[in-house]
Amino acid sequence: MKPAPFGYADPTSVDEALDVLTAEGEGAKVLAGGQSLLPLLSMRLAAPTTLVDINRVPGLDQISAGRDGVRVGALVRHAELLASAEAAGVQPLLGRATANVAHPAIRNRGTTVGSIAHADPSGEMTAVLALTDGSVTVATPGGRETIGWGDFFLGPLETSVHGPAVVLDAFFPALPERSGTAFAEIARRKGDYAVCGAGVVVTLDADRRVSSARAAYLSVGLVPAVHDLTDAVVGQPVDSADWTAAGELARGLVDPDGDLHASADYRRLLVATLTARTLADAGAEALARMETA
Amino acid sequence: MTTKFFGEPVRRREDARLIVGQGRYLDDIGSGAYEAAFVRSPYAHARVLDIDVSAAMGVEGLLAIYTYEDLTGPLAEPLPVLIPHPQLTSPRTGYPLVKAVAQHVGEPIVMVVATDRYIAEDAAGLIEVSYEELPVVVGVDAAEAAERTVHDDVPDNVAARHHQETGDVEAALAASAHTLSFTQYFERSASMPMEGKGVHARWDDADSSLRVYSSTQASTSVRAAIAAKLELSMEKVEVIAPDVGGGFGVKIVHPWPEELLVPMAARLLGHEVKWTEDRREHFISSAHERQQRQEITVGYDDDGRITALDVLVWHDNGAYTPYGIIVPINTATQLCGPYDIPVYRARVNSVYTNTVIVTPYRGAGRPQGTFAMERTMDRIAQERGIDRALVRERNLIQPDQFPYDWGLTFQDGRPLIYDSGDYPAMMAKLKVLVDWDGFAERRAAAEARGKLLGIGMAPYVEGTGPGPYEGAHVQVLGSGKVLVSTGLTSQGQGHETVFAQLAASELGVPLEDVEVTTGDTRRFGYAVGTFASRAAVVSGNAVALAARGVKEKALRIAAEVLEADPADLEIDEGLVQVKGTPGASIPLRTVAVLSNPLRYAFDEAARQATQFAGPGDDSKPPVAVGDAPGLEHTDYYSPLRSTFASGAHAVVVEIDPATWEIAIEQYAVVHDCGTIINPMIVEGQVHGGVAQGVGGALYERMAYDRDGQLTNASFMDFLMPYASEVPDVDIDHQSTPSPLNALGIKGAGEAGVIPGSAAIASAIEDAVGRRIAAMPISPTELYDLVRSDAERVTNSSPHDSGAMA
Repeated sequence: MKPAPFGYADPTSVDEALDVLTAEGEGAKVLAGGQSLLPLLSMRLAAPTTLVDINRVPGLDQISAGRDGVRVGALVRHAELLASAEAAGVQPLLGRATANVAHPAIRNRGTTVGSIAHADPSGEMTAVLALTDGSVTVATPGGRETIGWGDFFLGPLETSVHGPAVVLDAFFPALPERSGTAFAEIARRKGDYAVCGAGVVVTLDADRRVSSARAAYLSVGLVPAVHDLTDAVVGQPVDSADWTAAGELARGLVDPDGDLHASADYRRLLVATLTARTLADAGAEALARMETA
Repeated sequence: MTTKFFGEPVRRREDARLIVGQGRYLDDIGSGAYEAAFVRSPYAHARVLDIDVSAAMGVEGLLAIYTYEDLTGPLAEPLPVLIPHPQLTSPRTGYPLVKAVAQHVGEPIVMVVATDRYIAEDAAGLIEVSYEELPVVVGVDAAEAAERTVHDDVPDNVAARHHQETGDVEAALAASAHTLSFTQYFERSASMPMEGKGVHARWDDADSSLRVYSSTQASTSVRAAIAAKLELSMEKVEVIAPDVGGGFGVKIVHPWPEELLVPMAARLLGHEVKWTEDRREHFISSAHERQQRQEITVGYDDDGRITALDVLVWHDNGAYTPYGIIVPINTATQLCGPYDIPVYRARVNSVYTNTVIVTPYRGAGRPQGTFAMERTMDRIAQERGIDRALVRERNLIQPDQFPYDWGLTFQDGRPLIYDSGDYPAMMAKLKVLVDWDGFAERRAAAEARGKLLGIGMAPYVEGTGPGPYEGAHVQVLGSGKVLVSTGLTSQGQGHETVFAQLAASELGVPLEDVEVTTGDTRRFGYAVGTFASRAAVVSGNAVALAARGVKEKALRIAAEVLEADPADLEIDEGLVQVKGTPGASIPLRTVAVLSNPLRYAFDEAARQATQFAGPGDDSKPPVAVGDAPGLEHTDYYSPLRSTFASGAHAVVVEIDPATWEIAIEQYAVVHDCGTIINPMIVEGQVHGGVAQGVGGALYERMAYDRDGQLTNASFMDFLMPYASEVPDVDIDHQSTPSPLNALGIKGAGEAGVIPGSAAIASAIEDAVGRRIAAMPISPTELYDLVRSDAERVTNSSPHDSGAMA
């Protein structure tokens, strides 16, 4: 469990990082928090020729929370995002989801953007990026571009970014008005990858009836996806909405795989249960926000 | 003896060192050592056709590559069958490096030594081995079917047929009012210590001697094995177990291939060599335990009293049998637990599979046996409509039946005779601790919250403290320091504390004056090892005997100085004094100085013992005939046979029917290990055992696929419970001293793990009303179970069946 030999570069600017990535070609890998990459190296499941460590690049460690959303820099650790009241105020899913990311030691090193760039469909932040209709900013030698989540995630551990590139930040749009969120996971052990997780957003109309209910799941499907469950509950008063029906709708929409820890059928059950539970919580939160607004 | 420290919850003395990172584990030793890595079989069953090392030869820093062809003398012979047994008719062991056929994924084929581990792994990755794949046997069912074989010359895959019986079970079953037959399964898990194995060896060319550090549970026997295999004289080999980060059984097996190969390489290369096992290696090349299929037939009367019990077990022993049939014997002989079963027969067929070897893991065959017995009790209770606690109580061995002779032979080759116990009192305590009789209300309250609550219980009896012996050396130095040494090893159990408590209590010295060394063959050469919950019983009694010998000598010498009768002397706080005469005293450290007559005064203390220091008695030699210089004593304790500890666990589980998550609401333990040396350490042992019991019941399994690949060989997918998954444990003690040893103690090390799966299965079955016939069980499996056509089960409450008592 020792990595194969690799080169190491620690650029101090994004341009310098891109230069190294360009020079080293396909064998180069960006290192941020290293919580996924380093175990792969140790097990010799990955053998990059060069690690391009971006930890010395200034300016990538910022969380900026504005009216339209929260921008999270590439070096922001999960723990920092978890602790950010400003971020949670604009988009409560950020705090709720990061609280479920592994254990404190991993949250202290692992980065939110790194987790998104890793594109693991079991990850919390990939699902949250999708659910909030977020995007990432990618720097390439050709310039900077914004890529929406739907174009970014191509498959498990696969994104649309190829060639020399650094994901600079992720942008999570703000929670709309009259909305509430909830996030829940079921894991075999506390802090493990979720057997199934769900993040939801419920939006109400001015009469406190459900106008939108959307969910994204963890460990269900190969890429993050947002499921619109509005049909099951649309127009229903939030305090008596049939969330169970929304859960059943979700159960029919998802197509999970089975593995050592959960059969596909069991995951569908969890989708139904977690959907109903989180939607009820999110609906209650939406109502509370309306009442305090 | 004074009870000043004996029985007190003295804080563990080793913890400060271990917790702040000042432990000295194997990998902390030898920073300049060359390091080894291994090429291991990627196939479960394959013939090695060719090994091409040419690509690796150019790696800078490579020092040596060894294959089977490089092994000489006894090293080229199969590894020993450590514990032969007449019923182990087809024992098989591997070679230190595969000779021709690899029998499981992970078996070592090539050893690479380089200047560091990184380079050793680089070179290992360049070695090309070509294989001919052979048919693979995985699981007891495939092994029994024997359509494919593991070893060519064992056509039925059966290594051993271990049979024991106490009477004509078939006749007794025929005469029983009722009988039941059923089959159930138990999965694999493993010891999984936080520190894997590891070996460091240093060859001294001038002295032609070898020093080996090994993360082992048996340093004296590792020493003997290395001496034999490397053809060295015993006095030229020393083996030291440094701080060891857990063992739980896997490190009692020896010599592991690496324990021979690393010293071999150190000698050949004339340089320190080290190998530190990584986690994947530990999963695929150490040892596992526990997989069995159990076919049970029981006869019983109207009241649920067992009249006959017949058990046929198919036990998966993995690819080889280096540790003999200890696990099968434990299952066979410990299965009946605390119950008085008139006629019993156990047949355990131990079979080969192309998987990692199976050797004792904490509990060592007993968790499976208890699972068999306790699931049987539940079934009888259900069939007869009797409360599960009551059916157990009706079958218990009564206090007046001790010593209870089973007419069976235990794993130490000695008769299986329960020495003492009080099982009815133990069960009564357990029912109070878990409020067994008040459970219906708790269940109703949970139902109101939408949760399913279930309760289960499982008592057990554990043979502990087997021989053949352990010894101890106790010495008082002129500084007043007391050195205690015993040959068995420590893996975090708290030996430094309890052996110090024993010595300090016997000698009447402050605890902080006592220093304990274990597992160092330089200090104590005769020992068996740490396993079978034996350290406190066997080494503990030896330490007490050795300390007593020192005290006797100290009193004799002091008596001369104080001109008193030794019988009138006592030692308190390190001072030898005449009872009831304050002032008439001499420090024990001075006695130590006087015990060794000196010519040379190298320090102030020594001056007191030199030839012109005092008057002396010219009529006697300075050291009397038959006496020896020094205030020290070595003694041994060899138990007549094992002593039998007992306990009973009860567990309440809460199940969420919307997710089938299983939460442990309460875990209650009543524990009887005889006289307790340190209740805090005993409770710690119970907690650790319960954690492993919960792990085995709800989380851990070795997920072999049909090709013999272990698909979850990492801590990401092999789920050991975290602290967050381990319940708080309610403990009540009971103390039934053992009549077999002077201290009255019984072993406590393994107890906590034994009934976990049995009790938890019972509780889950009670909660969901479906038969549990295999453990472990996970939420996804529970979901499958409740949707299947599995038998529906109803338990009677204590109140329903009370009238039948």
